[in-house]
Amino acid sequence: MPKYVRSLLALATVSLCGGAVPAQAALKVLATTPDWAALVTELGGDKLNVYTATSAFQDVHRVDAKPSLVARARSADLVVATGADLEIGWMPVLLQDSGNTRIQPGSPGYFEAAPLVHLLEVPSAVDRSMGDIHPLGNPHVTLDPHNIATIAKALTARLVLIDSAAAAYYAARGEDFQKRWQQATVGWEAKAAPLRGVGVVVIHRDQAYLCNWLGLKELASIEPKPGVPPSAGYLAELVTKLAATPPKMILRNAYNDPRAAEWLSQRVHTPVVLLPYSVGGTPEARDLFGLFDDTINRLLAALK
Amino acid sequence: MAKLRSIAGAIVFLSLWLSNPGHAATDDLAALRAELEALKSDYTSRVQALEARIKQLESAVATAQLAAAPAPPVPPAYPQPAPVAAPGKSSNATAFNPAISMILTGNYASLSQDPATYRVAGFIPPPSGEGPGNRSFNLDESELTVASNIDPYFFGNVTAAIQGDNSIDIEEAYFKTLALNNGFTIKGGRFFSATGYLNEIHSHNWDFVDQPLVYQVFLGGQLAQDGAQIRWLAPTDYFIELGAEAGSGRSFPGTQRNSNSLASDALFAHLGGDVGDSTSWRLGVSWLDIRSTDRTYHDVDQSGTPVTNAFTGTSRTWIADGTLKWAPHGDPTHHQFKLQGEYMQRTERGQLAFDLAGRNLAGDYNSSQSGWYLQAVYEFVQRWRAGLRYDSMQSGTPGIGLVQAGLLPFAAFPSLASASPERTTIMVDWSLSEFSRLRAQYAWDDARATERDRQLLLQYIFAMGAHGAHKF
Repeated sequence: MPKYVRSLLALATVSLCGGAVPAQAALKVLATTPDWAALVTELGGDKLNVYTATSAFQDVHRVDAKPSLVARARSADLVVATGADLEIGWMPVLLQDSGNTRIQPGSPGYFEAAPLVHLLEVPSAVDRSMGDIHPLGNPHVTLDPHNIATIAKALTARLVLIDSAAAAYYAARGEDFQKRWQQATVGWEAKAAPLRGVGVVVIHRDQAYLCNWLGLKELASIEPKPGVPPSAGYLAELVTKLAATPPKMILRNAYNDPRAAEWLSQRVHTPVVLLPYSVGGTPEARDLFGLFDDTINRLLAALK
Repeated sequence: MAKLRSIAGAIVFLSLWLSNPGHAATDDLAALRAELEALKSDYTSRVQALEARIKQLESAVATAQLAAAPAPPVPPAYPQPAPVAAPGKSSNATAFNPAISMILTGNYASLSQDPATYRVAGFIPPPSGEGPGNRSFNLDESELTVASNIDPYFFGNVTAAIQGDNSIDIEEAYFKTLALNNGFTIKGGRFFSATGYLNEIHSHNWDFVDQPLVYQVFLGGQLAQDGAQIRWLAPTDYFIELGAEAGSGRSFPGTQRNSNSLASDALFAHLGGDVGDSTSWRLGVSWLDIRSTDRTYHDVDQSGTPVTNAFTGTSRTWIADGTLKWAPHGDPTHHQFKLQGEYMQRTERGQLAFDLAGRNLAGDYNSSQSGWYLQAVYEFVQRWRAGLRYDSMQSGTPGIGLVQAGLLPFAAFPSLASASPERTTIMVDWSLSEFSRLRAQYAWDDARATERDRQLLLQYIFAMGAHGAHKF
């Protein structure tokens, strides 16, 4: 046997054996965002092996169906996605090329978070002239802790369904998370009370749930239409408009381009508040609790 | 649980029975009673705790089953304005309409040479797919795609290109399996071959207006197979994909043949991964074996008289491809860099017939030819990209039996005279949104053996309808 054939065979054997999943192996989870990765880790602990497809510095809507992601989809037991078309540019490729029936839509291994909660900004009519709008509603659902609680409940149930051998473990962890989350939510809501009615400017429509939850008033959006970067003319108009009703702060996510927000900040003499938006967006937002702690701390700091 | 209840009951009974006999001292009796009462309440609380736990697990399983079905709408956690559009509940025949998208493309071309004389020197020309197209305004293809899951087992996709000359090409019409496991996918019908990198990519996603020369000359633009493809994805963290195709060979470099055999075989392997959070890459190697019968092409003989010649034989092509994408933190919104290159080496062996309509001579033919391109595209500010591409081809000198036997001079095959065509292309494009793109491209094209062609192309690409997902 030629040497290279032998080494190819050896490689094939190694890759096959390396890929064979022992019965007690951790459940492989592919989470589309760091938030879902953090949530599923809270709920599944060390029973899970979680891979995050994106980071807090990526716009989840504009991700490539990278080879590495297709490879992760191939072996995943569970995909945790936002849904509502947020991942529409890449998730279909991953699902189709994965050769993995466990994670096809409709299977227990495919979990979408957004359909579980009440979506804001569901358009009555859609047309691309309105920018990159989502026909099913605003998919950026994470920044309302009530949504997280609802999604966590369904995700616990899904873990129980997929890995019923560890049902009691997931049930106990789920219960514990709900308890801690509810306590934390009460704390955040009390702490954030001064933010109610405060006028803010956002960049994209991805702070809608945060504003809705805390009662922040969205006075304007730096993107004239979703996904459409502002023109100089539009920004000038915005300055005039905001002179009449000055905002208290301009919200910017970790992944946003800072330039437009900073330009506006100088013109309307309003601070830009950098928010983590996702777990990992700031050093403090290490997990979901940190994400909300830090978001509220930063908003309150800007209010002073 | 029943057992625990009866134990608790027995304890209660025992305590009552023990309390009955009158010989015990009243104090002792009271103490004993208190003790038993404590024991009883302890058991009761333990039983209650266990009951609660079981209920909780039961409800978790029930929710799990619910969640597996389409999720019921959850009432809002905060006051909401009345929903703008209530979801329709009545039966709806259009609910299962497939995803439909239409791509509009067109260009304006200013070419310094007559496009009718375009030929990549040194190579047997493909029947179509070569050159920059016509001068002035041109309607390029309008590409209609209809795609949908067919059932739980298959996905279907049809892409028809309505050409500017009012003809319709079925670019792709394939089914793809969804229900094979273990990383296997089978595709059947007509599909762009997965050999090379650019071959599978539809024209509206190209980074330049036209294909690299090596694609134009070796594959007639793009190789579509009528046949079947199987792919296997390895269960590894690296992307390792192996695949094979078998087809009829109807598209160039093959021809439609009157034969039951498969005439187009392909093997390919892809490897890919990430470097840090900003860079991702893919490498591929492919092998194509295609047979053709009477693949005709037009040429002139040594005295300038038009002739039609034909090749019959086997065309074997090796392709190596590499693609690298970089974006800060992997977010291509503002900046992205893409480097891509492919090398092809082709060997053709068989018979070459000369002047089919007249002298009709035939003899052996063999050639070994290669070509490559390297291109880089950079998004320098949001929505604006610039690109540079270099093409190079090496034709070598083919072995022509008719020439070696002294029946014809080499000059009778002017298209096959050794040449090293090359081309340099620059490009700028502007995407106002994900769905529209305007592009300007300028090329110094030395494909012809004689004159340089200076090509200016202005192009528009508009996408309507369903939001497509794109491969890497």
